[in-house]
Amino acid sequence: MSIGLREFHSFEAAGRRFVYLVPSAAVFALDDCSAAVIDSLSSGPRAIDDLARELSPRFDAAEVTDTITELQRVRALGRSDVEPAAPPKIIPLKQVPLQTLVVNVTNQCNLACTYCYEYGEDKIVDTENGKQPKFMSEETARESIEFALRESRDNPRAHITFFGGETLMNFNVLKSTIAYARRRAAEVNKDIDFSLTTNATLLRPDIIEFLAEERVGVTISIDGPEEMQDKFRVFTNGAGSYAMAAPKIKALLARHRSRPIGARVTLTKQTLDVRKIFRHLTDDLGFWEVGFAPVTTAPGRDYAIADQGFDHLLSQFRDLAGDYLQAALQNRHHGFSNIRETLQELHHGHAKAYPCGAGIGLMGVSTDGNVALCHRFAGSDDHKLGTVRDGVSWDAQQAFLDTHHIASKTDCSTCWARPICAGGCYHEAHTRYGSTDRPNLHYCEWIRGWTHTCLEIYGEIAERNPGFLRQFDDEEVPEKVS
Amino acid sequence: MKHLTPVNRKAARVESVTKDVVALQQGGPPQQPPPPHIPNGCSLVFSPGWEADRNGGTAGLCQPVERDLFDCHMGCFWPAQVPDQLNHAPDWTAKCAAAQKDWRKIDLIFPDEKKK
Repeated sequence: MSIGLREFHSFEAAGRRFVYLVPSAAVFALDDCSAAVIDSLSSGPRAIDDLARELSPRFDAAEVTDTITELQRVRALGRSDVEPAAPPKIIPLKQVPLQTLVVNVTNQCNLACTYCYEYGEDKIVDTENGKQPKFMSEETARESIEFALRESRDNPRAHITFFGGETLMNFNVLKSTIAYARRRAAEVNKDIDFSLTTNATLLRPDIIEFLAEERVGVTISIDGPEEMQDKFRVFTNGAGSYAMAAPKIKALLARHRSRPIGARVTLTKQTLDVRKIFRHLTDDLGFWEVGFAPVTTAPGRDYAIADQGFDHLLSQFRDLAGDYLQAALQNRHHGFSNIRETLQELHHGHAKAYPCGAGIGLMGVSTDGNVALCHRFAGSDDHKLGTVRDGVSWDAQQAFLDTHHIASKTDCSTCWARPICAGGCYHEAHTRYGSTDRPNLHYCEWIRGWTHTCLEIYGEIAERNPGFLRQFDDEEVPEKVS
Repeated sequence: MKHLTPVNRKAARVESVTKDVVALQQGGPPQQPPPPHIPNGCSLVFSPGWEADRNGGTAGLCQPVERDLFDCHMGCFWPAQVPDQLNHAPDWTAKCAAAQKDWRKIDLIFPDEKKK
């Protein structure tokens, strides 16, 4: 019987060899014999006896056959005359409880960031002249809360994320909605928790007090030190927003200690200095964690990150990941949230059928109460799943789950990073390729490069300070919204 | 496993699942005690084996065909024309030790005229 390699990705860490198995997403460390078997088979399949003979100077035959059995058991190897069976395409048979509802309390913003997906060149909803109200009414906000509590079904907890536009432009509704939601959640015996994203320019002492008192999780959109922030994050008259935002952020961080406050950075071609941004936001401003995301654009925009830009970005992410590793080995906190999220997924071995929870455990509500895949599609009729009043259509949801399953993305079927990427952001795909069901082929190299780096860091920590990984044991992580 | 060390949680699950499979394939001890035998009433079972064997005949039925004569008074809730073994006819099947051989010896029971 002849055997050959199945699908996996090899990496090294702390002087040891590892494999990341696809599609199971299991990580195994290899010993010398299993590494030798894999190396030999990388030139092509062969008979077990031949392989044992080939390796006989180093390992005895019984050891080699034992190793082959183990590798076959975890499906790193398989019979070369048998095609590995494709994993089944499993679509949920009934509606999944809603974990996070993103409520767009307004679609207006006091900034006019040039790259913004809601206002800029690539917007999918006309928020200026469209049919939707510019601010969500108190009534719609309450209906959204009822929808979230109802759709969370058996879950003991519901998460509400307020989003915009600039969330704080509708602070009054936000404030009364939180009070209403707390009362209603207590009546139906559920926990409810809140977070919001803001550009910080409208923070006032009383708002800061409220957010701290109510334990509202806060994410600040900020792009870095003044010269970077002011490139794109500008008011309508073109003036930069750093000078207004920075002192307010410091005041927020000084008062709001009940939950960690994170910064969320949009990276563009002109502001690609990850370490400098990170240092400024953590050391100078005092953020607990910082997450980076490359700007979502159609190709060809002058701020779009092109191919070489992704290489540059990857090398900078690697540097920062190196800092994270050093901190992890000493059990110190390091606020690079991109790597934390990926390590969490690697630790559990999530093998995703869908890139994110949009349309499953996460949905977005527009100002008029329409429910869409996520906040980025809120208000778009093409991506509507229902309304907060009438609920969502399970037929529409099922049709979405069917067409967006990883098994339907043939481009992804040969990629080893698919358990963790699953084709990437629907909104990014829509902006790039005009369709949510297309995989984001423009950043495949970047995803593979970054996942490889995260695997190396994971392997290092697993070998040298495994106790550090226990913090990732907890399964429940609310979906990040950006 | 000796040559592979599970590192993440999924790997630990893969290892434990494949351990069970290998043990079964090698005829090792079962991981769990066998489930208790719970007789299903015949009306619950529609699979071949009760009425016809896998060749369509009656030679290899999962229960001897003769059991139909008196089986319903035990394992089956279906009301059937069999004597009440609990109160009135406790010895009804006493002479029928093995249904295949002794089915002719099953007694007929008539209502007791005196007790009426």
